[in-house]
Amino acid sequence: MPVAAGFLPELRRALPRLAEGLLVTVEATVLGAALALVLAYVLGLLSRSARLPVRGGARLVVEFFRGTSLYVQLFWLFFALPMVGFRLEPLACAVLALGLNYGAYGAEVVRGAVAAVPRAQTEAGIALGMGAGLRLRRVVLPQAHALMVAPFKNLLVQLLKATPLLSLVTVPDLTFQIDQLRSSTGATAASYLLLLGLYFGMAVVLSLLMNALERAAKARLGQEGGA
Amino acid sequence: MWDGEAARAALPAVLEGFGVTVLATVPAFAVAMLLGLVLALVQRAGPGWLALPVRGAAAFVRTTPLLVQLFAAWVLVPALDAPVLGVLVLGTHYATYLSEVYRTGIDAVPKGQWEACTALSLPRRRVWRAVVLPQAVRNVLPPLGNYAVSMFKETPLLSVITVHEMVHEANTFGSTHFAYLESFTLAAAVFLLASWPTSVLVRRLEARLAV
Repeated sequence: MPVAAGFLPELRRALPRLAEGLLVTVEATVLGAALALVLAYVLGLLSRSARLPVRGGARLVVEFFRGTSLYVQLFWLFFALPMVGFRLEPLACAVLALGLNYGAYGAEVVRGAVAAVPRAQTEAGIALGMGAGLRLRRVVLPQAHALMVAPFKNLLVQLLKATPLLSLVTVPDLTFQIDQLRSSTGATAASYLLLLGLYFGMAVVLSLLMNALERAAKARLGQEGGA
Repeated sequence: MWDGEAARAALPAVLEGFGVTVLATVPAFAVAMLLGLVLALVQRAGPGWLALPVRGAAAFVRTTPLLVQLFAAWVLVPALDAPVLGVLVLGTHYATYLSEVYRTGIDAVPKGQWEACTALSLPRRRVWRAVVLPQAVRNVLPPLGNYAVSMFKETPLLSVITVHEMVHEANTFGSTHFAYLESFTLAAAVFLLASWPTSVLVRRLEARLAV
C-alpha cells in the first residue's frame, strides 16, 4: 500500500504520544474498576439486607445503572451535568460512568456469589457464636470471593473494551492518539489493527492476572484448582 | 435547570431515535443468532483444521472494543451504508459471544442422547437437526435473552458512524437548542423504561426453564 509507506517512521515518532494515551486508558480502566468494585460490594451486600427499604433502595440503584446504558450515562455526565452547574473533568466523567455502570453489574455478581455460599456455613458460624460482621468477614466472603473472580474477570474485560468511548468525550486516550496517527499517515488499516492488537494484549494480561487471583482464592480455601 | 418546554420539544426527536435504535437491534441480533450458530457448529462439527483459526478469530473479535471495530469498518468498507454496516458489525461482535453460549448449550445435551442416535444409526445431519440442536437451543434461550438486552444497550454506539439513533438525536437536539440536560435525561428514561421490563421478562423465562 503506497499510502502506508510512511507508517513505520511515523509510528516511531508517535511512540511517546501513544505511550501517554496508553497510560490514560490504563488509568481510566484501573480507576473505573476500583470504583466499580467498591460499588459492587456496597450495593451487592445491601441488596441482601433483611430491611426492605435498604434492599429496595439498592435494587433501584442497580436497576437504574444497568438499565440506562453506559453510553447515555457517559454523555449525560459530560453534556447534561454541566447544565445543572457541575462541570467534571472529561476523565472524571469517564471514570464515574464506568464505575457506576460496571458497579451495578458487579453488585449482581457479589449478590449471587454470597447467595451461593451454602447456608450451613452461616449456621455453623451462628452455632460458634460469631456475630454477623465476623461471620461475613471470616466465613461467607472468603468462600464467595472464589466464586466472584471469574465473573469479575468478564466484567473487567468488558470495562476495558468500553474505554475507547473516552475519546468521544475529548479524553486523549489510546484510541484518540492512534486516530491522530491514522489521520497523519493515512494508514487506516494498519492503525486500527495496531489499536485492536493493543486492546487484545491488554485483555490477555488482565485475564492472566485474574486467573492467578482465582487460583490464589481457591488455594486459600483448599479447593480443587488452587495452586 | 430543567426546562419543561425544551423537554416536550425534545421528546419527538428522542422517540424517533429510539425507533431507529430498536430497528437496528432487531436485525443485528438476528445476524448474531445465525452467525453465532454457524461459528459454534464449525467449532463443534466442522473440519478439524478450521476449528482453531475460527476460535482464535472469534476470541479476537470478542475481546477487542466494538467502537474501534465500528470505526475500522466505517473507513475500510466505504461501500456500505452506515446502518447496514452498523448492523453487520454489531451482529458479528455479538455472534462471537453467542457462539460460546451455543457451545455450552450443545455440551449440556446429555451424552445418552448422542449414544441413542448412534444406536439408531441416525445420519449425522439428522442427529444435529432433530436431536441435539432443539435441546441445545432450549438450554440457551435465557442467556440469549440477556445478550439481546445488552446488545440493545450498546446500540447507541452506532451514533459514531452517523446512524441517527437515540443518542445521536439527543446530542443533536441538545446542541441546537442548548438543552442537553433535557434531551439526555429523556434518552436515559426511555432506555430504562424499555430495558427494565425486558430484563424482568428474561428473568421470568429463566426461572421457568430452570429444572
